Amino acid sequence: MNSHRFGHYAIRTYVVLFIAFMLLPLIVMGGAAFNDTRFPSIYPWFGFTTHWFQELWADGRMWGAARNTVFVAIAVVALSVPIGTAGAILLNSLQARSRSIIYGIMVAPILTPGAVIGISTLLFWYKFNVPAGLHLSVLGQVSYIAAYVMLLVLARLQSFDAGLEEAALDLGASHAQVMRRILLPHLYPAIFAGALIGFFQSAENFNVTLFTRGNSDTLTVYVGSKIRSGITPTINALAFLLIAATVIGVIIYEIRRRRADAAMKLAEE
Amino acid sequence: MSELIRRYGSSLTWIIILFTAFWLLVLVLIPNFVLFEFSFKPYLPVDQLGGPKDFYSLNNYWTFFNSPIHIRIFFQTVLYSSAVTLLCLIMSYPLAYFLAKVVDPKTAPSIFLLLIIPLWVSEILRSFAWFIILAYNGPLNAMLQGIGLEPVRWISGFNAVIIGLIYSYLLFMLLPIYNAISSLDTNQIEASEDLGASLWRTHWRVVIPHSKPGIASGCVMVFMLCAGSVIVPSTLASPSSRWFTEIIQQWMFEGLDWNTGAAYAFLLLTLCIIFVSLVMRLLNVRLVDIAK
Amino acid sequence: MSEDVTLSNISMDFGKFRAVDKVDITIKAGEFFSFLGPSGCGKTTILRLISGFMDPTEGKVLIGGKDMTGTRPNERPTALIFQNLALFPLMPIWENIAFGLEVRGVDKVARRAKAEELLKLVDLHESADKKVSQLSGGQKQRVAIARALAVEPKVMLLDEPLSALDLKLRQHMRAELRAIQKRTGVTFIYITHDQGEALAMSDRVGVMSQGVLQQVATPNEIYNNPSNGFVASFVGENNIFDGKIKSIKDGEASYETSLGNFAAKIGPGVNKDTPVRLYVRPEHCTLTKSAAKSGNSIPVEVTESAFEGNFINVFLKDKAGHTHMAQVQNDPSAPPPQRSAKVQMNFDADHGVLLAHAKTRS
Ligand SMILES: Nc1ncnc2c1ncn2[C@@H]1O[C@H](COP(=O)(O)OP(=O)(O)OP(=O)(O)O)[C@@H](O)[C@H]1O
Ligand SMILES: [Mg+2]
Repeated sequence: MNSHRFGHYAIRTYVVLFIAFMLLPLIVMGGAAFNDTRFPSIYPWFGFTTHWFQELWADGRMWGAARNTVFVAIAVVALSVPIGTAGAILLNSLQARSRSIIYGIMVAPILTPGAVIGISTLLFWYKFNVPAGLHLSVLGQVSYIAAYVMLLVLARLQSFDAGLEEAALDLGASHAQVMRRILLPHLYPAIFAGALIGFFQSAENFNVTLFTRGNSDTLTVYVGSKIRSGITPTINALAFLLIAATVIGVIIYEIRRRRADAAMKLAEE
Repeated sequence: MSELIRRYGSSLTWIIILFTAFWLLVLVLIPNFVLFEFSFKPYLPVDQLGGPKDFYSLNNYWTFFNSPIHIRIFFQTVLYSSAVTLLCLIMSYPLAYFLAKVVDPKTAPSIFLLLIIPLWVSEILRSFAWFIILAYNGPLNAMLQGIGLEPVRWISGFNAVIIGLIYSYLLFMLLPIYNAISSLDTNQIEASEDLGASLWRTHWRVVIPHSKPGIASGCVMVFMLCAGSVIVPSTLASPSSRWFTEIIQQWMFEGLDWNTGAAYAFLLLTLCIIFVSLVMRLLNVRLVDIAK
Repeated sequence: MSEDVTLSNISMDFGKFRAVDKVDITIKAGEFFSFLGPSGCGKTTILRLISGFMDPTEGKVLIGGKDMTGTRPNERPTALIFQNLALFPLMPIWENIAFGLEVRGVDKVARRAKAEELLKLVDLHESADKKVSQLSGGQKQRVAIARALAVEPKVMLLDEPLSALDLKLRQHMRAELRAIQKRTGVTFIYITHDQGEALAMSDRVGVMSQGVLQQVATPNEIYNNPSNGFVASFVGENNIFDGKIKSIKDGEASYETSLGNFAAKIGPGVNKDTPVRLYVRPEHCTLTKSAAKSGNSIPVEVTESAFEGNFINVFLKDKAGHTHMAQVQNDPSAPPPQRSAKVQMNFDADHGVLLAHAKTRS
């Protein structure tokens, strides 16, 4: 009994420590954005300032990089979603042996270091005299982000009843109509999830981008070069904004989830 | 193929095949093949390409095997990546089990939401956070001094790199293990305890075997991310702790010798392939179980 | 309004396995036709051949006299109701029903109107905007029928549509289906392994076994004049006797068994050398204390009797140990024989029929 109680408290303490380990660094980093010192830190505290946010706001290079990040992420999503979805549908119609081979090739990019993807993409297009640049970053990122989309869509396909396609055909639908009205609506949740994950994966990608970007910047590369050459708390200001946005997103999500739960309970009663 | 045509008609089938082929050939297979081919060619100025010096050889790989420093860095990368993988596994398993089977299923999603916040903040900022914390005059040492301990020079040797890697990739271990344990029927755990098995035995014989695919998946991901990490070492490494990806960057950006860079990248890729096969063999799982 | 369907000597092979073997039949326009047979005998395969999801290995499908070879399912004037209904879970009821119109480019107002009209036809006025998951089994059934009717098919194909329902609802839906068929006049091709269903609803029934069509006839004919042993034993109960024909005279045979010689009718296509068995329906057997002077009579012992309400099933054992059953009317003034009573089981030569075995794959 006693040892049970002890285990109980031990694991709870562990969970709290774990969460603290995951979140405290973010608090430290965000907090340092308000400290009035050139070298980012929260200790010692030199006084509150919003100076670093103003400096960030005025940084033209940061804005350019942010714009590039969004463009790249949109392009990556626009390519990965159809490619990953097509891949999942193809895979789903294959038989055991060819299925496992193709599956292996499809998931390989997930298990490949970003540096390798970046370099191989760079070299491949170099052969065709395509210079480095963000377009190559897009292609390199698509190679593995499409695999995430594929996995999500494939999982969703398992719960699809192919009989519905036949029913629609029988009612006179064309193949394109079957795809648009029956199959794709079933896959939408997975496709949206894939698009979301793809967007953020792309936005936070560093390794692939580093080797393929040419002279262009994305936010991660911009932060990377800042860290190498002259750290200032503007990075912390940027981090604070990102963290704040995430936290707000999380809170909204949580509230909606609780509401949905409550609604479900009501419906059950 | 005929199944696809039957279900979606020939034009949609062509589109599906075209998309997939573009992905697998143009984005995955051929670039890797080009990387492979490049790694056997010498680095030459443009006007000598196709000339008498342009032939295949193992020279780029000899560069690696003749450089004790590079070999040492390679093995240090392997060693510390393995260590980080193991530490992540040890840290994640209890929490994954707790979240999947002990905690009230209603609160688990909230805890997860908290834990996942760092994932939305990019990897580079996550390592930067530790750069601040671990600085010699930083908050961690201030705290240590506050409770009467000596300050530690964290950013020396591989200390900071290991901490940064764990922090960055821990969730890639936690999530797959959590998913695997969640799919275990709680009755099985109760049955095992009911039959008199101790806590350790229940885990060793029931929970761990069931979560093997998750463990394999987590280990493969974390190892690959560690060995291939560029950001964490470049932010947190000290002069005495260098990472294999930094050597690759040197060839690519400073030496501008893309051929040797390709050879080194290929070595890194080979390392990851070996690790994946080793884990699959050791834990007796298939690729389908790992990548989910 | 409706079309006839001809299966012209069709066969279907899955690799080496022949699921449908030389089925040759014409289903008349406006007819309610059932295919009846045990699980796995090829019923669904026949429907899929008619609807165009598969093409026969041999033979042709004709609808309204037109050869359907190469015509895809969405171009055939058929509508299939699937074994599992296959309602679209993400669309509300009315969109399900109007789907066939939607893909034909009918505008939304007209679609909605047609859906409402069909919902009335199947007695579901209020459900247009409900989700599929909010309906009961019988309601889903009716939505599936309405959805199929919306495209005004010439031929409706129904694959065991009632199998998922409970007994009560099943019986109710039988009448309902039959009524809808009469109201619309569409040719219904109905598939079932439930003989009661087939007999109660159909104009004609085709009995199948192992891919081979055994008999095509009206329900009455199927029950009273089965063409072979398989049909006789699949539809209704029978007492069966093994033996061989000794002689045939004026359509009546003398049949030799280990229990003695019986006089019986001969079934279709049976001659002196055909291997046959003797089939007698339990309701045609009478029980008496002593042997009747004329007709067939077998000494038996009562092993069990089951009270079914308006009749009683009496189980009997002959001297060779085979079990038989006699169905007697419940008559309170004349209690049925008690267990282990020794009685005689009698039947007329008219009610015993000698039938050949099932037709098998050639
Ligand atoms: N696509 C297929 N490939 C191989 N064999 C098949 C295929 N479809 C059906 N069969 C076989 O053909 C036979 C007839 O199948 P069918 O589905 O027509 O039976 P059924 O009479 O509808 O049975 P049930 O009452 O169980 O639905 C079965 O033995 C089945 O295994
Ligand atoms: Mg069937």
